Amino acid sequence: MDQKSHLLKLLQSTLNFLFVALGLVIITSTFLVYFMIDPTLSVFESKEDVLVSTITENRNSIENGIHVSTGLIEAEGLMVVVNNCTNCHSSKLVIQNRMNAERWNTTIKWMQETQNLWDLGDNHTIIVNYLTTNYPPQDKGRRQNLSQIEWYELGN
Amino acid sequence: MPKGYVPVIFQETDPYQLFNKQKDMVVLNDKPWNIEAQAHLLDDFITPNSSMFIRNNGRIPTKINVENWRLTIDGESAKTQKTYSLAALKSKFTQHTYQLTLECGGNGRSEFDPPAKGNQWTIGAVHCAKWTGFRLKDILEDAGIKSDAVYIGYHSADSHLSGDPAKEPISRGCPMTKALQDETLLAFEMNGKDIPLAHGYPLRLVAGGWPASVSGKWINRISIRNIVHDGTKMTGTAYRTPCKPVAPGEKVKDEDMCIIESMPVKSLITYPKSGAMIKEGTSLKIRGHAWAGELAVDQMEYSIDFGANWGKCSLDKPVNRLAWQHFSVDIDFPQTGYYEVWARATDSQGRAQPMLVPGWNPKGYLNNACHRIAIKVS
Repeated sequence: MDQKSHLLKLLQSTLNFLFVALGLVIITSTFLVYFMIDPTLSVFESKEDVLVSTITENRNSIENGIHVSTGLIEAEGLMVVVNNCTNCHSSKLVIQNRMNAERWNTTIKWMQETQNLWDLGDNHTIIVNYLTTNYPPQDKGRRQNLSQIEWYELGN
Repeated sequence: MPKGYVPVIFQETDPYQLFNKQKDMVVLNDKPWNIEAQAHLLDDFITPNSSMFIRNNGRIPTKINVENWRLTIDGESAKTQKTYSLAALKSKFTQHTYQLTLECGGNGRSEFDPPAKGNQWTIGAVHCAKWTGFRLKDILEDAGIKSDAVYIGYHSADSHLSGDPAKEPISRGCPMTKALQDETLLAFEMNGKDIPLAHGYPLRLVAGGWPASVSGKWINRISIRNIVHDGTKMTGTAYRTPCKPVAPGEKVKDEDMCIIESMPVKSLITYPKSGAMIKEGTSLKIRGHAWAGELAVDQMEYSIDFGANWGKCSLDKPVNRLAWQHFSVDIDFPQTGYYEVWARATDSQGRAQPMLVPGWNPKGYLNNACHRIAIKVS
C-alpha cells in the first residue's frame, strides 16, 4: 500500500514538472518566433519613440517655414548657416541673438580669431544677410510690457 | 567647411532627465547647455538642484574619476606648488557650510536695447543653494601666499566647444581679498549631497555675491597670480562693463571695460506665479527673495501702481552673509482690474533697484531692474 502511494506521488510530481516545462517551452518559442519576425520589438515601443526616430530621419525637413532640426527660418542661405554656424554651438544661440550687420561682422571676426571658426569666404555675406533679414534687432525701449501671461485662478 | 566637422543639428538627449531639472525650466541653449529657471520655480529658501540654472561656456567633462582627481595650487605668487587628492583635502582641512547666492552676470540680458550678444537670460539665472567644502584661504595658505599676490585664477576639466584641447572654455578668478573671505569655498557638496555633474562635480569654487562665472566648476588647479588673472573670459569684454557710463549702442574699447565684482541689489517675487486671478476683497500674499552681492538687503518694498506708492514688505535677515533674504507681504487691491505687483530691494548702502533697465553695456550684464508679476482682480 505504501509503495503504491509512493509511486503515485512520484508519477504525479513528474507530470507536474512536465506541464511546467511544456509551458515554458511554449512561451519561449512564441517569443523566439515573434523575435524572428520583429527583431526590434517595435510593437512594445511607445508612439513617442516612433515620432522621435521619424524626426531624426528627416533632419533637413521643413515644416511651416521652419527647418525642423535647428528651428531656423527657411530662407535664402539657410543651409549655409546650418553648415557653418551649428558645429560648435547650437542654433538656439543664433536665434536668440539679434544684431545688425556690423555687429554680426564683429562677432564672426571674434569667432575666427578666438574660437577656431574657419574662413567663410563668399559664405560670409550669405550668412550675415540671412541673419539680418530673418532675425533683425527689435526695439524694446527702456522696459517692455509683460507679455505671454498665462492667467489662472488663484484659490485661497 | 573643413573635413571632420559634422553639424550637430539634432539633440537626442533630454536635458530635463539628463540634469534632473523640472519641466518648467527653460532651455536657452543646448550646445553648450544653458538652462534657466522661472521666478515661481525659485520659491524654496534653499534652491534644490531641480530649479538651479545651468550656465556652461564649454562641454561638460565626462568620465570623472574621483579617486584620481587632483587639485593643484600653483602660480607666481604661491610659495610652494602643492597637489591634493580629494581624500587629502577632506582629512586636512576643516569643512564649512554656507548658503550662497550665485547669479549669472548676464541674468536679465534679454531686456537690453539694442540687444546684447550672448544667451538671452530673462530672470532665472540665480540660485541660492547650500554649499559644503573647505575655505579657499585655508588651502591657499597651506601652499603659502607671497606678499605680491594680486588675484587667483582657476582652471577646470571642461573642454572647449571647438574641441581644441589647447583652449580653455573659461578660466576666471577674483582678487585676493575675495579669495580670502571666510565664505569663499572650494565645495564638494551641494545641499548635503555630491555636487551634480552640471554644477561642478567633484569640486567647485563658490564665491557668493559675485558673477557666478567666478565660481568655477570642475576645478583641478588654482593659480595664485601676481597680476590680475588673464585666463579665458577675464580679458576683452567678457564679464566687464564700461568703466564710465555709455549711451545705448555706443562702441566701447576693450581698455575702457572694467571687471565686474560684486553683483548689484536685486529681488524676485517667487509666489504667486505671474498671471494670478483673485476675487475682489481677498488679500494677496506675495513672497520672494532679495540679495545684494557683497552687501545685505536693508529694505524691501512693493508697488501696485507702477511706483506712485511703495509699501513695506517684511524682510528676514540672511542665514549667513551672502545668502539671499526672504520677504513677504499681504496686499489689498482698491478695486477690480489689471495690476502689476512690482518689488524693489534697497541694499545696506541705500542703493535701490531701478524700475527701468539700468545702464546699457555692450555685453548686457547687471540688469537688476525691478521684477513684476501680473494680477487680475475680478
